Amino acid sequence: MDGRGRAAAGGPAGPGRYQLSHLEAIESHSVHIIREVAAEFERPVLLFSGGKDSVVMLRLAEKAFWPGKIPFPVLHVDTGHNFPEVLEFRDRTVDEVGATLLVSSVQASIDAGRVSEPQGPDPSRNRLQTRTLLDAIAEHRFDAVFGGARRDEEKARAKERVFSFRDEFGQWDPKNQRPELWSLYNGRHRQGEHIRVFPISDWTELDIWQYVADEGIGLPSIYYSHRRTVFRRDGMLLATGPFVTPRPGEEVFEATVRYRTVGDMTCTGAVESMAATAEDIVAEVAASRLTERGATRADDRVSEAAMEDRKREGYF
Amino acid sequence: MELLRVATAGSVDDGKSTLIGRLLFDSKAIFEDQLEAVERVSAQRGDDYTDLALLTDGLRAEREQGITIDVAYRYFATPARKFIIADTPGHIQYTRNMVTGNSTADLTLVLVDARKGIVEQTRRHAFLASLLRVPHLLLCVNKMDLVDYDRGVFDAIRDEFAAFATRLDVADLSFVPISALQGDNVVQRSANMPWYEGASLLHHLEEIYISSDRNLIDPRLPVQWVVRPQTTSRPDYRGYAGRIAGGVFRAGDEVMVLPSGLTTTVSGIDSFDGPVDEAFPPMSVTVRLADDIDVSRGDLICRPHNQPTVGQDLDAMVAWMTDRTVAAGDFLNLKHTTRWVRAVVRDVHYRLDVNTLHRDEGAASLGLNEVGRLSLRVTQPLYFDSYRRYRQTGSFILADEATNVTVGAGMLHGPD
Repeated sequence: MDGRGRAAAGGPAGPGRYQLSHLEAIESHSVHIIREVAAEFERPVLLFSGGKDSVVMLRLAEKAFWPGKIPFPVLHVDTGHNFPEVLEFRDRTVDEVGATLLVSSVQASIDAGRVSEPQGPDPSRNRLQTRTLLDAIAEHRFDAVFGGARRDEEKARAKERVFSFRDEFGQWDPKNQRPELWSLYNGRHRQGEHIRVFPISDWTELDIWQYVADEGIGLPSIYYSHRRTVFRRDGMLLATGPFVTPRPGEEVFEATVRYRTVGDMTCTGAVESMAATAEDIVAEVAASRLTERGATRADDRVSEAAMEDRKREGYF
Repeated sequence: MELLRVATAGSVDDGKSTLIGRLLFDSKAIFEDQLEAVERVSAQRGDDYTDLALLTDGLRAEREQGITIDVAYRYFATPARKFIIADTPGHIQYTRNMVTGNSTADLTLVLVDARKGIVEQTRRHAFLASLLRVPHLLLCVNKMDLVDYDRGVFDAIRDEFAAFATRLDVADLSFVPISALQGDNVVQRSANMPWYEGASLLHHLEEIYISSDRNLIDPRLPVQWVVRPQTTSRPDYRGYAGRIAGGVFRAGDEVMVLPSGLTTTVSGIDSFDGPVDEAFPPMSVTVRLADDIDVSRGDLICRPHNQPTVGQDLDAMVAWMTDRTVAAGDFLNLKHTTRWVRAVVRDVHYRLDVNTLHRDEGAASLGLNEVGRLSLRVTQPLYFDSYRRYRQTGSFILADEATNVTVGAGMLHGPD
């Protein structure tokens, strides 16, 4: 009665008798969290962008309920500025898992007048996602929203609970969080409030890549090295495309690159890399001297507290 | 590679954030962009050295006030182990944060300023670590550079703390003299303290033996979720999913399900990755049973000859974490393993002074940051063990009925 994972593939065993490896330990913890949510909430949803963290989270959800199906839908908040490879991957993966995919689009929020397109050249819709997400939560009456945030990503995230309470406005109050003890998660809330749940809080970028390699998990092709037409802006390599235009003086060239995060095309930069497999990337990440967000995300460069400010408003 | 969970505690000025910054920096877990950001802020503020505390104090208010507000989690790895550090502030909401950080820790690291020696907070932190039954306690005597690396200072602090610790329930206690700012004995043994023959702090964290800390004796599986695919390929599949809280489960084992008390055998243990021969803590698995008996979330699978206590009357040490006081007659929601029940406080037996360990038998209530022994009555029987024996089945949380906020943490007393 095999699944599609490690043992079936003849992967590495744990370190010793009655001992789990660190990846097995954090995997088990994540599965425990996901099952608690399915059992205690009426309408959970899992945020899925096609990025590596959400792909790992989806695999963990699959494991949690196997051989049953994942008992909640998957939601993509679509900025309309996606890498086409990622959208194709999203549809295929959700289909393979047998989950229900919901898409909430930032374009629809703009068309409905809920938010306005930012002005200026190459506008990023990154911040607009918050409104679209909160509207989707209200529309579907979701009471638990799984996110793939990790605490090693960013300072504000390092302080966030696994079960993170949001008030009726979707706001996070970092100074007034519920204490979280043992594995006893408190998801109690009133109508209109909800809980953001971060089952991979304790995973690091390296853990994610080791897991992707060990489990043979598929990812969008842009995570692996490929040739792409890019230009340099603010020290990052941005791809040319329908949503990003080089400004005068920004020289366009072709390079072998890969992406460390997958986001809005307007604010996600590539790094030069020859890493063509998950194993190559494990080696590269282990040697890296830059965080993935610092290296490739313009949205986090706004200020020291850019993430905290966005999170307070209800961002992922 | 093994995982070690560490909780740290220290006063505002003990240099805790600096120590964590140092561990992250020296183990190369800090990235260049993070370091540059910290250097920039330090320079702007006019500090004469790079303030590594800025690496961990991430919230706006923390940076503005120069304090740590909440528990922060930090990650680093060496070739030997992966570490998760729960960094808890020593001042605001201290009991709440310390109890939270220690509840999952394998080791508690308590920092002392060599110039000040053992202070009230040191004793409080050590007591809370022992209350939460963290198996290993490591006392770091920091700022040794400011006492000329004097062996006499270290020995005096060590002896005083060891004497105090005899009043606590500490399984394993060790001491390291360090300077977090200078890096002495943090990663490398320091040439400034040739008299110290022990391991560096990091070496200690890498080597400490934790395999025997788990309970492999008493099989306990609180059921989280019933797996029923109801597909054409598996029309009758019924599995009980949960995380093993203790003991070892194997196919063929005779088991008992509580509350029904019915016995059956384990027909198989499943996971996405294939059948599991032996399931032990903290594995998440799905167990199938030979007989078709009624099992649902909140039930507990154990062995017929090794059962937990079943009862509605609870006797527990409770750490209280909110402004509102708790007293006899108060109703609360209580979560134990995978179930929520309602609870009423029957009696406050005593309040324990977390600084002096003095028992105030006359206390009628507990306030914010206070710890005391309570008796509670719950609406349905719980299947529990003493927290001493068993963290997972001996702990509970309390939530306010109106606000739903987590207000208390309880550690059960049992027959042993």
